[in-house]
Amino acid sequence: MKRLSRYRRHKAAAPLLLIIALLGIGTTFNIVSAAVKQTPSALERSVLIEEGKAIFLRGCSSCHGLNLEGGAIAPSLIGVGAASVDFQVGTGRMPMADMSTQAARKEPVYSEEEVAALAAYVASLAPGPAIPTDEDLNYERDGNLAEGGVLFRNNCAMCHNFAGQGGALTQGKYAPTLMGVEPKHIYEALITGPQSMPVFSDKTLTPEEKLSVIKWIKAAEAEPNLGGATMGRVGPVTEGLLVWVLGLGLLIAVAVWLTARAR
Amino acid sequence: MSNEIEAFKDPGTPVHAPRRADVDPRAEKRAEQQVALLFGLSALGSLLLIYSYIWIPDNLFIFIPVMGDQNAHQLFLGLGMAMSLFFLGMAAILWAKKLMPDTEVVNYRHEFRSSDQDREEFVKTVKDGVAGLQFGRRKLIKGSLGASLGLFVLPPVLLLRDLGPLPGKELEKTNWKAGTRLVTDPGDRPILPSDLEVGSVVQVLPEVAHDSHRPLSDIAKDPVLLIRLRPEDFALTPERLAMTHDGIIAFSKICSHMGCAVALYEQQTKHLLCPCHQSTFDVTRAAKVIFGPSARPLPQLDITVDKEGYLIARAAFSEAVGPSFWERNSQ
Amino acid sequence: MTSAEKRLGAAANFVDERLGAASWVKKSLNKVFPDHWSFMFGEICMYSFIILLLSGTFLTLWFDPSQREVVYEGVYEPLKGITMSAAYASTLDISFEIRGGLLMRQIHHWSANIFMAAIVAHLLRVFFTGAFRKPREFNWILGIILLTLGLVEGLLGYSLPDDLLSGTGLRITAAIVQAIPLVGTYLTFFLFGGAFPGVGFLPRIFTIHILLLPGIFLAVITIHVMLVWYQKHTQFPGPGRTEKNVVGHPILPVYMAKAGGFFFIVFGVTAFLSAVASINPIWLYGPYTPGQISAGSQPDWYMGWLDGLVRMAPPWETHALGHTISWNILIPALIVPGIIFTGMAFYPFIEAWITGDKREHHLLDRPRNVPNRTALGVMSITFVIISLINGGNDILATHFDLSINQIMWFSRISIFILPPIAFVVTKRLCLSLQRADRDLVLHGVETGQLVRMPSGEFVEIHQPISDEKRWILTSHEQPAALELPASDARGVRRPGAIKNKLRVRLSKANAVAIPKVSPGELKEIEHH
Repeated sequence: MKRLSRYRRHKAAAPLLLIIALLGIGTTFNIVSAAVKQTPSALERSVLIEEGKAIFLRGCSSCHGLNLEGGAIAPSLIGVGAASVDFQVGTGRMPMADMSTQAARKEPVYSEEEVAALAAYVASLAPGPAIPTDEDLNYERDGNLAEGGVLFRNNCAMCHNFAGQGGALTQGKYAPTLMGVEPKHIYEALITGPQSMPVFSDKTLTPEEKLSVIKWIKAAEAEPNLGGATMGRVGPVTEGLLVWVLGLGLLIAVAVWLTARAR
Repeated sequence: MSNEIEAFKDPGTPVHAPRRADVDPRAEKRAEQQVALLFGLSALGSLLLIYSYIWIPDNLFIFIPVMGDQNAHQLFLGLGMAMSLFFLGMAAILWAKKLMPDTEVVNYRHEFRSSDQDREEFVKTVKDGVAGLQFGRRKLIKGSLGASLGLFVLPPVLLLRDLGPLPGKELEKTNWKAGTRLVTDPGDRPILPSDLEVGSVVQVLPEVAHDSHRPLSDIAKDPVLLIRLRPEDFALTPERLAMTHDGIIAFSKICSHMGCAVALYEQQTKHLLCPCHQSTFDVTRAAKVIFGPSARPLPQLDITVDKEGYLIARAAFSEAVGPSFWERNSQ
Repeated sequence: MTSAEKRLGAAANFVDERLGAASWVKKSLNKVFPDHWSFMFGEICMYSFIILLLSGTFLTLWFDPSQREVVYEGVYEPLKGITMSAAYASTLDISFEIRGGLLMRQIHHWSANIFMAAIVAHLLRVFFTGAFRKPREFNWILGIILLTLGLVEGLLGYSLPDDLLSGTGLRITAAIVQAIPLVGTYLTFFLFGGAFPGVGFLPRIFTIHILLLPGIFLAVITIHVMLVWYQKHTQFPGPGRTEKNVVGHPILPVYMAKAGGFFFIVFGVTAFLSAVASINPIWLYGPYTPGQISAGSQPDWYMGWLDGLVRMAPPWETHALGHTISWNILIPALIVPGIIFTGMAFYPFIEAWITGDKREHHLLDRPRNVPNRTALGVMSITFVIISLINGGNDILATHFDLSINQIMWFSRISIFILPPIAFVVTKRLCLSLQRADRDLVLHGVETGQLVRMPSGEFVEIHQPISDEKRWILTSHEQPAALELPASDARGVRRPGAIKNKLRVRLSKANAVAIPKVSPGELKEIEHH
């Protein structure tokens, strides 16, 4: 104990404790939410919806309206479906902290349980795309890696870059990086078309094809560096920078040494 | 040329200052050891390369801080090679710097201009040679030589003619014809209007006979983007509106600037952005250029549905798709 | 005489009796090379070229430059079963199935980038120090030819693997050729063997890339280096260095050891980069098909400025009489670069025309002593950097939270405004540096030691500078403006009066300088 207290004033102590605390909370919620998923009885469902309504009125209605009708600064949520809510709130995009050009992915404000409640509430008012289940998301089993690559390059690479690193859109908007995004959220983005992103209908990009895309993204994410440090996987711009800074830099350093008189 | 003022006196080449290794035998010994060490490091690098080539499997990955997971085979092969080369160079240079004689030497320059006598002789030689050709007198030879030289350059150019076919109307044509079905790419599935939700986008190609092959030169012209909007979002002329179907509008995916695939569709602003040079097209106004270097809207494909309800082209493109060219004959 | 010496002597005798080599080899071995780190850029270029030849030869052993379609069945899982060109598939095989193949590919590509960077650095060194002046104008032009060839060779190499990025580059190249009035369409069809992407392009550019252009390169580089050899290297001004001599180390042994060693250094640094940093990961790009594209599709850096110019071009096209002229492509991709490269090639003659200087120059200029040339150089660099920034505007936008539209407008405006500002600022900076040189010669170095005078005031002691240093700061020439009267002695107007007026005006601007110190001046100030 004494030894531990010595570390209390260590400068890493506070962040470390925070991480431990967050992990603790996260695990607890995971257990709780797992419990929620297991028993979707009608009664519990209505309780969930009530809970979601309460959260909505507290945190969302000021912009999206009391009845999801939307307002001057926020779109209507009628018919967006649970998938949309799960994506927007589950990735921390909503609630939007600042009114910048677009909502950025960040640490979610609401717990998974609260997100589920919100989604249930919004979905209860008008039908819309549902949250895909784990069975829907078995991309390892149902996806085809190489085909996913072709689909990715046809449909995604133009905005999200060839390796899913993200890219620029007009007027400061951007397609975010796909690295570290949960398969569920990728799937939801595809079916709901959040913000600038278009919708990829199930008929034109079938659920299997969507899983193939996810499988490819996950493979790209896990792909180790085959040829050395990748410098962001953004193509020749960073390569050119490295040539001038490191390549020519090293050579000039040697040239200066080479031509200097020895003592 | 220059308004030279009286100048300082050139102090002359500085006297050679001996290096430590020139005067101190211990320093000389040390320098020799340093050079030997560098040569040794180079040899070590070569050994590392050989070891990596033979014994490090090419599917072994190791974690390197900052760089992440690296392929060990590739990394050590490269590092071995780098060491082997780099230290060899360092050794040679150190040897030259510290041990080889370093007195500077003076060379003198000479004017490049030839002497007047040489020049005169040269001019005379050339003049005599040219006179020997008798151009002045042999008018017939002069004329026929000109003609033969002129024609002589043509055959080599002509021989290159079969490098490619003549363009003809090739750039104006695509595989879209009246009645061609729009099929998904990839997948080759025909599309019902109901397959597309509002805000969705899909890349399509003209349907081809089953299992027939699409050459890349067709894929360079045929891709079309199908976008569904709410019909009230359109701000189109009546004739352009007639080319849409139930809020679905179709544009060539090939940029009217330099032919890249224009595919960045922003669902909220309804803008299409080309990632190559950032030409931006407004979908609601028939792909009018609103930013960037492109001078023309993307060609719009006239679409409708067939008896079975699948989306088809009502007509071919009314203009050439892709980048401009000299023979292009429409706005 | 040892037996080894005897055998060597016999061999030398054999050669000399047949070639008479001793006399001219002796002369060459006595050549002297002055030392300065900036003189090494040219060597980096030459060595990178050798590295390119070596690594390129390695790659040709396995590369299949064919557009024939194959189904990939190699080890890289994410592409298994995909239809692609044999060129792309063989590049994947080189990367993943030939041991050391990926390393060689990366060495080849890094080396190409270093080659181009070193060419640019070498060009800037030669420009800013005035090394292009008489008698070296030919070599300057050869250098510009090498730069141009390098751009083309690099572009072709970038295009060969037939990945999505290289195909996109070719698509743009094809559009540029196609935009040439009158013959553009025919040229594209002949180049590609039909409508883009054609059927015959890769094998054709392969031959050009590995045979034709390297052959031309080799010839031009040889002449370039032989001219340096024959004309002897320039040198920076310094004590004992004149227009009539060259001071440095002889070829044998010092220069040979240093230059030879530097080859291995360049190769080693290239290998190091290739070991630790990935370049052109074509397996991630996927095979080329014209319907696909990636965000942030960029050319290699040496083409990036051209792409940036194309991006910022105004949307101009002329449609008339059934024909189309794409100014939005022609101006940024052909006309402006054409003007720039022609201007560069002719620059030595333009400068000589302005200064009226027809003498040989072997002593280099310190850039500050030629404010106009230095300012012109910085102005050009500014122009290229703005274009380069715009060429990477999408990457800049995502990495620095900017908007591509903002960067584009910034570039469109500043491409006209910033280069002239850079010119003025640089020129003034050069003059201030000249002034600082003058002060240094007159008043010496501040030592930081304060002395109290009898009157009570504090004075800092100034240490006079050494004779060598003073020589470096004062030995340069200061140009005088040309005087070309508009009419001759009899009052008759000379021909080309407007041209002369322009020349006089330029020459006057060129002659602006802070007068350097004369011995008399220095003596005078020392008496005080």
